[in-house]
Amino acid sequence: MSVSFLISQAKSVQKVIDENSAEIEVLDQKIGDGDHIFNIQRGLKLVVELEDAIKDLPLAKALNMIAMKVLSGIGGSSGALFGTFFMTMAKSSDLDKDVDFNKACEMIISGIKAMKERGKADVGEKTMMDVLLPVSEKLNELKNESEFKPGLNEVIKIAEERMLSTKDMLATKGRASFLGERAKGHIDPGARSSQLIIDTICKSVINN
Amino acid sequence: MKKFINNNDDFLKESLTGFGKAHSDIINVNLDPSFVSRKNKTKDGKVSLISGGGSGHEPMHGGFVGHGMLDAACPGFVFSAPTPDQMQAAAEHVDSGAGVLFIVKNYSGDIMNFEMGAEMYSGKNDSIITNDDVAVEDSTFTTGRRGVAATVLVEKIVGSLAEHNGSLEECKKLGEKVNKNAGTMGVAFTSCTVPAAGKPTFDIGDDEMEFGVGIHGEPGRKREKIQPSKTIVGNILEAILDNLKPEKNEKNLLFINGMGGTPLTELYLVYEDACQILQSKGIEVTKSLVGNYCTSLEMQGASITLLKCDDEILKHWDAPVHTAAMRWGM
Repeated sequence: MSVSFLISQAKSVQKVIDENSAEIEVLDQKIGDGDHIFNIQRGLKLVVELEDAIKDLPLAKALNMIAMKVLSGIGGSSGALFGTFFMTMAKSSDLDKDVDFNKACEMIISGIKAMKERGKADVGEKTMMDVLLPVSEKLNELKNESEFKPGLNEVIKIAEERMLSTKDMLATKGRASFLGERAKGHIDPGARSSQLIIDTICKSVINN
Repeated sequence: MKKFINNNDDFLKESLTGFGKAHSDIINVNLDPSFVSRKNKTKDGKVSLISGGGSGHEPMHGGFVGHGMLDAACPGFVFSAPTPDQMQAAAEHVDSGAGVLFIVKNYSGDIMNFEMGAEMYSGKNDSIITNDDVAVEDSTFTTGRRGVAATVLVEKIVGSLAEHNGSLEECKKLGEKVNKNAGTMGVAFTSCTVPAAGKPTFDIGDDEMEFGVGIHGEPGRKREKIQPSKTIVGNILEAILDNLKPEKNEKNLLFINGMGGTPLTELYLVYEDACQILQSKGIEVTKSLVGNYCTSLEMQGASITLLKCDDEILKHWDAPVHTAAMRWGM
């Protein structure tokens, strides 16, 4: 993981999220309050715009700037959760050394763990954690393997299955939780956007 | 979408700047990070009250900054929780040393961002969470009820106690009592339109209403055919009374809140209907508030809040207040 990797991933994710924005917006209007997609898009735009400011910085500093930008520029649940994610990644030790696949996995796992603590949500509550926590577990299995590309294909599959599984869940966290039975039948918008992000990044790592 | 708007990116900034100019005798508006604060510095020893939330509910919360109510308000983007740096900056700006009480509506985003703001702020602070909406049940399947219009009452009543030198602990305790004594439910006839979305949040037929709607256009209990006002008001009150169970000789505050698109003429009609129904049940209405205080952009609809009042609540309700949106006694 390097600063240039982060920038190029942010750009790819931005493209994919923009392409799927209408679908995510509708999902959020069905069971939430319709702000999720705008928050995600605003956050990605802010991160992509940071390119000139962070491209020559050490990784820890760049991650910290991304975290502060996300935290202060997005708002809503997404801002707090993704800000927490990047802030935790930035605090990882030994970021001045080469960050290999194993180290990158550990950073992502600790970032997702911090998101879980911040949002106080677990698997089965119809939120983005339904996608992120199983992905984190899989990365924990994969991190020490020398040949990780087949494993990343499994990550893509897990993210998609878990995203789809939110459709029939009752929500117990987030704004959809106020709806009880009425939230059933719709995929959680945060689970969908998280799955798209994971899908995009994994595919890019596999193809390089 | 028909709105007074230049471009979406500047929507909030332009509105906040105008708000600051229109009420420059009472408040200051700070941008980057955005917060509204009192024009006059918080006096030494007074607990500072800070609220905030997504924009689109005006006058909540910026309109409640001033003597006898809030010390600062942090506006997020439309319907999105504000960010932790706003709360940190607002707290650093207003705290006179007696501590800060954050008043937060019960939504995941608001709670997380206020929590982070509180962690980033080094001074003494505490929080209360409002959750007065009886429309969606508190059950094992929810994080609890939504915080809606009674937040206005909490801010007014705790604001007075803070002005009368109540401690941080006393302010928190009174805020929690007001929240516990209040029940709210709303109904919508039309949707609101978030500027960034450009289209209505939900589709609703000309002859339909959303019963138990949230203040962001979130679905409520059920979709129904529209009915005479007295029937709608009766159904809302039934849900609130079920929940609050006021005693016959208890004093109550009746708050009819407009969602933004319903004229005052109708809100007063709702007030009259509610008074008659409550009277027929032997429930005494001692205090009133009618108007657009906790809105949902241009949504047509209203919410009803009933607050059970003891002497302490009544005293602080009547105390002087001087804000952009609420002013009496001075």
